[in-house]
Amino acid sequence: MSTATQENAYNYKVVRQFAIATVIWGIVGMSVGVLIAAQLVWPDLNFDLPWTSFGRLRPLHTNAVIFAFGGSALFATSYYVVQRTSQTRLLSDSLAAFTFWGWQAVIVLAAITLPLGYTTTKEYAELEWPIAILLAVVWIVYGIVFFGTIMKRKTSHIYVGNWFFGAFIVVTAMLHIVNHISIPVTFWKSYSAYAGATDALIQWWYGHNAVGFFLTTGFLGMMYYFVPKQAERPIYSYRLSIVHFWALITLYIWAGPHHLHYTALPDWAQSLGMVMSIILLAPSWGGMINGIMTLSGAWHKLRNDPILRFLVVSLAFYGMSSFEGPVMAIKTVNALSHYTDWTVGHVHAGALGWVAMVTIGSMYHLIPRLFGREQMVSVGLINAHFWLATIGTVLYIASLWVNGIMQGLMWRAVNSDGTLTYSFAEALSAAHYGYIVRLIGGAFFLTGMFLMAWNVWRTVRVADYSRATVAARIAEGAH
Amino acid sequence: MLRGLGTLVVFVAFIGLVFWAYNGKRKSSFDEAANLPFADDASDTTNSAKEPKE
Repeated sequence: MSTATQENAYNYKVVRQFAIATVIWGIVGMSVGVLIAAQLVWPDLNFDLPWTSFGRLRPLHTNAVIFAFGGSALFATSYYVVQRTSQTRLLSDSLAAFTFWGWQAVIVLAAITLPLGYTTTKEYAELEWPIAILLAVVWIVYGIVFFGTIMKRKTSHIYVGNWFFGAFIVVTAMLHIVNHISIPVTFWKSYSAYAGATDALIQWWYGHNAVGFFLTTGFLGMMYYFVPKQAERPIYSYRLSIVHFWALITLYIWAGPHHLHYTALPDWAQSLGMVMSIILLAPSWGGMINGIMTLSGAWHKLRNDPILRFLVVSLAFYGMSSFEGPVMAIKTVNALSHYTDWTVGHVHAGALGWVAMVTIGSMYHLIPRLFGREQMVSVGLINAHFWLATIGTVLYIASLWVNGIMQGLMWRAVNSDGTLTYSFAEALSAAHYGYIVRLIGGAFFLTGMFLMAWNVWRTVRVADYSRATVAARIAEGAH
Repeated sequence: MLRGLGTLVVFVAFIGLVFWAYNGKRKSSFDEAANLPFADDASDTTNSAKEPKE
């Protein structure tokens, strides 16, 4: 393609690459999740090998679903949205290609080193320093491509979705770099530059904002484009979206200490984290209401549009888990819930119900457009996927509510003479049935992803690239 | 004292933001921004609208 035509068209190539990567890494990451869920039911599935033990596969699962699946989805959608709402091509094709291959390299290196046991031991920041540096470089280039594209936009406004994507990119860079500052000892071993309670606080400032900015703000950017697009009407309130944005990013950054209730962290910091987490309910629900109300007057579309159903149910799960989170951040509730399966259930209410479902809905909107099709080859398969995902998520979170509350009550039960009523092993064996239901829920969700892969495969096989080229043509300021 | 002032500054900023966002003067400009996802519908949906349903 000549430079002239390139300047008149959006860069769909990198979006296609990241969209396909999203589906593939979703299956890989969720398969590992189902495997380790099965290990909790049948510990023999550890195979007595260090590389396949729960402790090594669990970070592989979290990194794969958050950074490989979620990350690829965020790259794909942010590159697509920033181009189409700025009516300009990405700043640089080669830098964008570098972010794709660089990101895939980080993922592959993670998939090799984590099972081998190379880890910083910091949750969601396990990657050792050489990979962490590569990730930082890729991320900075991502920022250059994204903000460079915003700077050369042809529209006067920066669409609100891009504000969310922008905050996600900036804050993720800050969190990743600050939390990863460490002293390398060998090529695959480093020690954190921080010590004691400071290290813990920085880790959870990172960890909670990985949830807040990577898994929430970024996906809200997705929501602000794909919900209006699929509902075929603008966002319910643009004003509310502005208040939503500033309130959310101002508050989220303070909520991390709720991961450290009743630890060596000073009490005032714990209380601050608790209060900020409770206030966070307001902007979270503001965003959810803004998304859901976009459908007002178009509710009938839910009846025959499974893509819209994915998007709306994702917002419902977002509302539910962003209510549950503040409740769990209350110190007295946390005294019961912390270290139990309730926490794991809460994370998956957000991760499966919100992050994965808004991603899947957006991908079903996006993928046919990228490949010059009106829609996915099979709408029936999208519908089947929707029900598998919804039922799977409900089974998953309900079983872990039961398990978590049961564990919390059993752990704190004391006899009249002050001794513990239950041993740890008794609470563990009581959790067995919940683990079976959780495994079934996870398997449902994964099955849905296989349907998606099949549907995407069939859609890509009948791709009409000439039509996609027309779709990628930039509107010449005429609209 | 200084910490209390910080809270006050953030509170005032928030109120200011709400007034700024909900000021009637900006309505048309925000309407325009809200429609950005549809500004290029010509290319996006010509593509979809013309294709026969499967």
